[in-house]
Amino acid sequence: MKLTIAHETHYRFEEPARHSIQYLRLTPRPDHAQLVRSWTVSTPGKLRSWTDGFGNLAHVSVQDGLHEEVAVLVRGEVETMDTTGVLPPHDGLPPLMFLRETRYTRLDDGIREFVAPIAERASDEGQVATLHNLMWAIRDRVAYQSGSTHVHGTAGEALTHGYGVCQDHAHLFIAGCRVLGLPARYVSGYLFSEGEEAGEVGAGVASHAWAEAYVEDLGWVSFDASNGVCATDAYVRLAVAMDYEGACPVRGIRRGGGLEEMTVRVQVLNE
Amino acid sequence: MNGDGGEVRRAYQAYCEWLRSVPPERLSEKHQQADILFRRLGITFAVHGDDDGVERLIPFDVVPRILDPDEWRTVSHGVSQRVRAINAFLDDIYHEQEILKAGRIPSTLVLNNPAFRPEALGLDVPRRVYVHVAGVDVVRVGPDEFYVLEDNCRVPSGVSYMMENRETMMRLFPDLFSQHRVAPVNHYPEVLLRTLRAVAPPGVSDPTIVVLTPGHFNSAYFEHAFLAREMGVELVEGQDLFVDDNTVFMRTTEGPQRVHVIYRRIDDDFIDPLAFNAYSTLGVPGLLSVARNGRVTLANAVGTGIADDKAVYAYVPDMIAFYLGEKPILNNVPTYALRNPDDCAYVLDHLEELVVKEVAGAGGYGMLVGPFSTAEQRSAFRTKILASPESFIAQPTLKLSTCPTLINGELVSRHVDLRPYVLTGETTTAVPGGLTRVALRDGSLVVNSSQGGGTKDTWVLEG
Repeated sequence: MKLTIAHETHYRFEEPARHSIQYLRLTPRPDHAQLVRSWTVSTPGKLRSWTDGFGNLAHVSVQDGLHEEVAVLVRGEVETMDTTGVLPPHDGLPPLMFLRETRYTRLDDGIREFVAPIAERASDEGQVATLHNLMWAIRDRVAYQSGSTHVHGTAGEALTHGYGVCQDHAHLFIAGCRVLGLPARYVSGYLFSEGEEAGEVGAGVASHAWAEAYVEDLGWVSFDASNGVCATDAYVRLAVAMDYEGACPVRGIRRGGGLEEMTVRVQVLNE
Repeated sequence: MNGDGGEVRRAYQAYCEWLRSVPPERLSEKHQQADILFRRLGITFAVHGDDDGVERLIPFDVVPRILDPDEWRTVSHGVSQRVRAINAFLDDIYHEQEILKAGRIPSTLVLNNPAFRPEALGLDVPRRVYVHVAGVDVVRVGPDEFYVLEDNCRVPSGVSYMMENRETMMRLFPDLFSQHRVAPVNHYPEVLLRTLRAVAPPGVSDPTIVVLTPGHFNSAYFEHAFLAREMGVELVEGQDLFVDDNTVFMRTTEGPQRVHVIYRRIDDDFIDPLAFNAYSTLGVPGLLSVARNGRVTLANAVGTGIADDKAVYAYVPDMIAFYLGEKPILNNVPTYALRNPDDCAYVLDHLEELVVKEVAGAGGYGMLVGPFSTAEQRSAFRTKILASPESFIAQPTLKLSTCPTLINGELVSRHVDLRPYVLTGETTTAVPGGLTRVALRDGSLVVNSSQGGGTKDTWVLEG
């Protein structure tokens, strides 16, 4: 697909802030499934690029002096290929690292119990089928509910509540993979949807998150538990990390400003 | 102090003669004077876990710990060798990971370890130095047999005591220093400054260096201030620095000034709230991006904790062989990793003989010293170990060397260790001396100041 992406994030503060700084992970990663034709990230502040430890193409944006809003604008074109959700194993990141637990993906008894029947059948079904079973079990158990959770929810909480957003699904999938003994990681990115009529959960939510599991001799296989599918050419990968915190599109801090209001508009079009 | 046959070790011979010539009360007097000197200097130490929160003096003992030139040669070459290997290891595991591919260290032990920081993957640092300052804890268990207990590679502290102890001893016993040729330690800040200058970002010939402290509530704040003053550089807190335009700046009365090298005494977790602990107010938002772009040098670098992890420690001799092609000069204490079921079973059967340590523990907390433990303590540890074996390691109880120590006006023998400070810039060197810690309780092997240990001046005799 040839996808055209426009992504605007506006932060408005209730009073002027004196200094604000953000880490932005808003540039697609170079990989085998996507080719970046053009890409720009702009903010009102000074913008410098850097690469984080996971190889994500990041920026740091700094705005000094009194300001009441920060607008982060992203525009670009990406050509995507359908690799049936599989990416090659060697991308510079050691898979074993992704067996680690984080605050978001911590195992608890609920998760262990939830994954146990899937794990029991794992040796019969093979890894890829088992991972599909995990994905579908999450989709069936944790209903997608837009805006239902805040971004600081954990995998365990999502399972207990029985509802969540794409972040929760991804975290729960990663935690489930650890029960299975498979490395898994968090991906943030964009999702192109035909529209609401297609009935997909992700429709209208073009800013998305999913997970990738490492399958020996195959590579990193993507699983989008919110939609119950592996990634296709409708997916654009921005950043990977252990969890939301490491991959989130914008992470910022400021001096002053009081409360903030954030609005996000994302449009992903197929030519 | 004494050798196996009870004879006085060579290094102590002159000191012993002097000791025989002075009346015992004189030492006690000096001890009191030392106390006053330290209080005046304000050298105190906040002890964790104390309810009263009062800062107290680390007890100082007026009897020096003395090393002869040969002993020091062994120790200094040995600790330098370890630090060279550790720097090579850090460069490797944050890049090509050859040592893991070669199977010399189990991959999971490194990659699946919270001390391995993905944030440092691919991080390039000047001169490939990650650990600029290390404090390697060494003990002597036989005539020339030294063991390393720990390689402290994160933000090792205590060096100010090395210097203040010397200062105090020179004031109290000027006569002793005229009788002994003791290697000086007071140039440590100079060597530290030279080290930090040597690792400035490429192309910077006259770097601005700062010491970054968590602030005056930190137990080592005195040391941070001391080192900044001695080096003639600014002591700053996180809020004094900011990031803009791919650069770290310090706020000054004359406006922002670029900073090139940060000797940071803040742990990784708190150093950049946008990359690590989001609630940290101690660090500098954006710092990681500038460091990764090579525009500021952090000393020590982010992610060095993996090298002094208690489980990774067991592999330092392998690192020395793998990277340097050398034989280890200093011994490693044999270490049982309790994540191995065989080791775990052995340790549970021999708790009375072994020292059990929490992998993530520090400062002598979370530690069981088998021979000095009660049945209750052992049973509590057994429960903890069974719940999470991978969180523990165990080591045989070493017979640490002893040194005469003045307790209640009497000279008695107490166990000691030694922490030499190893600096790496253009080269790797250990400043002759270090911090000798002494277990003040009779028979105790725990020398940590947080556990009632004291310190001594450490003399390296010049040959």
